Amino acid sequence: MSAKDKRLGELKAAIPEVTPREAEALRQRGAALVDVREPDEVAQGSATGALRLVRGFLELRIEDAVPDLDRTVLVMCAGGVRSLFAAEGLRRMGYTDVRSVGGGFTRWKQDGLPVEVPATLDAAARERYARHLLMPEVGEEGQLKLLDSRVLLIGAGGLGSPAAYYLAAAGVGTLGLVDDDVVDRSNLQRQILHTDRDVGRPKVESAREALEALNPAVKVRTFAERLSSANVDAIFDGWDVVVDGSDNFPTRYLVNDACVKLGLPNVHGSIFRFDGQVTVFWPRRPGQPGPCYRCLYPEPPPPELAPSCAEAGVLGVLPGVIGTLEAVETIKLLLGLGDPLVGRMLVYDALRQRFTELELRRDPSCAWCGEGRPFPGYVDYEGFCSARTATSPAKTAT
Amino acid sequence: MTITVRIPAPLRPCTDGADELALEGRTVREVLDRLIASSHGLGERVLAGDGALRPFVNVYVGRQDVRGLQGLDTPVQDGDVLSIVPAVAGGRPERRRA
Repeated sequence: MSAKDKRLGELKAAIPEVTPREAEALRQRGAALVDVREPDEVAQGSATGALRLVRGFLELRIEDAVPDLDRTVLVMCAGGVRSLFAAEGLRRMGYTDVRSVGGGFTRWKQDGLPVEVPATLDAAARERYARHLLMPEVGEEGQLKLLDSRVLLIGAGGLGSPAAYYLAAAGVGTLGLVDDDVVDRSNLQRQILHTDRDVGRPKVESAREALEALNPAVKVRTFAERLSSANVDAIFDGWDVVVDGSDNFPTRYLVNDACVKLGLPNVHGSIFRFDGQVTVFWPRRPGQPGPCYRCLYPEPPPPELAPSCAEAGVLGVLPGVIGTLEAVETIKLLLGLGDPLVGRMLVYDALRQRFTELELRRDPSCAWCGEGRPFPGYVDYEGFCSARTATSPAKTAT
Repeated sequence: MTITVRIPAPLRPCTDGADELALEGRTVREVLDRLIASSHGLGERVLAGDGALRPFVNVYVGRQDVRGLQGLDTPVQDGDVLSIVPAVAGGRPERRRA
């Protein structure tokens, strides 16, 4: 008897086997079904609902997928041999109930059990996103989720440039860009998606070229129009996250109102000279609702009191800091990672090189995001934001 | 009661460029009144005619929005940091719109 056969005999005696049909019944009752075959085998099809952990990395990755050592683990390979070795490895790690699926995936298919062709990364994508794949917080599943995600960026300028650039690099599958402006040479001090050659071209076009050059797999949808009450519903349809990098109050309130209406998280950044602010407005965050922009600022300043970078200037790197933080928050939201900046605002002071965190309050009586209130409808944003000081009613809760 | 008041960049023309001032006061209102008295034109940018905070300006004691505390009557203690945070939209010149 060969050493291999001897070893297999020992494993068969030690590891309990289940049939594919029994395995499926156990999976439906909460057991973990683990497919340990190689990626090229899995790409042809795998048991529906199975965790796919290649044999070579099984022991290194199983705890992220199955943290409970007492959960029943059903190991499956192609024919029921490799799964015996894998099951043995899991037992040694301390998993108390490990079983091997007899006959493996071949018999699973013969028995007519459910099969799916899992989305997988091709070789080029594995190479491109290798540093993401190494992190259990992203991994292949997270990277596939990013590739399947859709993020709409309002503005392809100072904030939108770094945000879109990093989101494209990270492999966010579809990016939307809304901007009706053309590239001006004075933009190039901070708007890093555009180059000197692009002066005079629509920003969304030069941005699209830069993003596609960085990552050809990203689909870029462009909207070379000014966001308005008339087009906002059509443009905002079907996105996962909105990133506000706009440069004026009418658009900021419109973006807020549309995100409140549609329940979308609104990743908000703004800059002025050496200062920046970043937060996430998301009143419909499941379980932990946050404020909206109107909870924070019920009304914009009248034009004569509104600060503007066009008049006061802005450090060119500043939108890089704030736009990049917006990209970080966006990826966290897409992957459900960490603690998003919902109900908190980071205020950045570049001169003192200091971040201050402020707590933002949800206004329970907010006419826009208050619980159970119907959406009041879009307003005349230009008119709303150019009202004179004297007509602005004061806040009551002072 | 010495309170550190952080002046946001858009309001620094009113404080001759100072980004922080140390001021005395027992409540947010007292501190703001002293700030307004020692600056030029800051009052109308922060407070409305009736003395209430304008709807596009928030004031924080530490990390807390005073609207969630006792508004301008919120007491302050020695060493507190009071931050004034106005709404800032970005680059488009607002005046040309009006």
